Amino acid sequence: MIKFNHVTKIYPPDTLVLKDVSFEIKEGEFVSVVGKSGAGKTTLVNLILGLEMPTTGEVFFNNLNLNDADSLEIQEIRRKIGTVYQDYKLLPKKTVFENVAYIMEVEGKENEEIQREVPKVLEVIGLKNKFNSFPDELSGGEKQRLAIARALVNNPEIIIADEPTGNLDPYNSYEVVSLLQKINKAGKTIILATHDREIINKLGKRVITIEDSKIARDETEGRFII
Amino acid sequence: MLTNFKRVFTFAVNDFGRNKGISIATIFVLVVTMLLLSWLFFFQGIVGYLTSQIQNKIDITAYFKDGTPEEDILGARDEVVKISPNIKKIEYVSKEQALAEFNEKHRDNPVLMRALQEVGDNPFLPSLNIVTNGDPAQYESVSNTLQTSDFSKIIEKVDFSEKKDTIKKIYSITSNVNTFGILLGIILFIVAVLVVFNTIKLAIENSSEEINTMRIVGASDWFVRGPFVIHGVIYGSVAFLICIVLSGTSAWFLAPKIQSILPGFNMFRYFLTNWWIFVLIQIGFGMGVGAISAFIVVKKYLDV
Repeated sequence: MIKFNHVTKIYPPDTLVLKDVSFEIKEGEFVSVVGKSGAGKTTLVNLILGLEMPTTGEVFFNNLNLNDADSLEIQEIRRKIGTVYQDYKLLPKKTVFENVAYIMEVEGKENEEIQREVPKVLEVIGLKNKFNSFPDELSGGEKQRLAIARALVNNPEIIIADEPTGNLDPYNSYEVVSLLQKINKAGKTIILATHDREIINKLGKRVITIEDSKIARDETEGRFII
Repeated sequence: MLTNFKRVFTFAVNDFGRNKGISIATIFVLVVTMLLLSWLFFFQGIVGYLTSQIQNKIDITAYFKDGTPEEDILGARDEVVKISPNIKKIEYVSKEQALAEFNEKHRDNPVLMRALQEVGDNPFLPSLNIVTNGDPAQYESVSNTLQTSDFSKIIEKVDFSEKKDTIKKIYSITSNVNTFGILLGIILFIVAVLVVFNTIKLAIENSSEEINTMRIVGASDWFVRGPFVIHGVIYGSVAFLICIVLSGTSAWFLAPKIQSILPGFNMFRYFLTNWWIFVLIQIGFGMGVGAISAFIVVKKYLDV
């Protein structure tokens, strides 16, 4: 599904972030990408989303080389990926309902479908009574649940969570990770970029460890070892 | 397509209402710059009126020999008009009319009136009074035409050579004033465009994170850009409505004051006569520059 082929990323003038990184993620996998802050986890996520391009090497999404993809293809890929970020990346001037509906509107879904599906997702995620609230009126945990609702609503092929628990207390962190596990059990591919040792060790899933810009370990049932 | 447009339009209207502070600030800047341009247009009107008034005061006169029949003079007048297209006004003044005008003008001057009585007879000659576009070259051309054409034998004299220096001086002053007005207009227009562009830029940069999020979730360029471009149009429309009302009201209130300084120039009438230019300036500037600025600024964020 996702393949990194000898990917190197250098930010001008000479900041090396990723060096000769190669790995493959198959459909339905739960993969954690770990590393210290600044190790290149977010860069890796941005490369998958086509927000950045590799300096050398290739990134493939469903066999499409992102280096060769035009802007329309990149937009299509992004619509197949649900994203969850540490800073939530919600649309601050839209209500909870509108934030989730926006994703469906981007895809050109019909209004009837939006009116039917968005309340369902918000109910599952526990934001049933917050439809008309703005992101500023939500707690950190609620914001992250809203981000997950937004990531889920279009039934994406893959969910990428970049430090989703970074701003949350242990209780909310546990809730978010549990949600990601449930989503994975439903057959979705999950990529979780984090530096939270406890979470990784509890998951017992595949772990890719980035150290010194390179993949130090890629273990099927990995642990957080840095 | 229509659904998408409706959505983009709804986003724009909602965001406009939810970003009240930024919307009001942007509209305020637009109103100030549009008013500046509108007043500049009023200023051009005043300058134009002044220069045309001055230019209309300059004329040359062709005096015809005493006893020349009126139809010959009128024939000469028609011929001159045919040959010289830049003539704004040409007026035939008969011998009797010239005397009457002299009497009217100098009736309080006993010395001149006595001198006229001494002469006894009507000493004035019939004449053609000619006004062109103020260009000395035009006056010279008309003067040459008069003195070299077939009817030159019935002309006593043309007073161009006596007025030549004055005509040149006045033409140079009015031309310089016009050039200065155009230059000032261009400079102020550029400044106004830059001010509006930067205001829109600041308003959009405030939403840069939001634009980034829209890109991440796969929104098309138009879906991201559309609401901001429509914001530009809404800002421009609201600013236009405020501006046209302010322009009209200020012209109404200032008209008597300006008229006391410049008799004959009614600012409010000028506004009413040229209302479509005001509308064009304000709509074109407000909505056009607003939307184009938004289009350009958002593009910066879409280049990945």
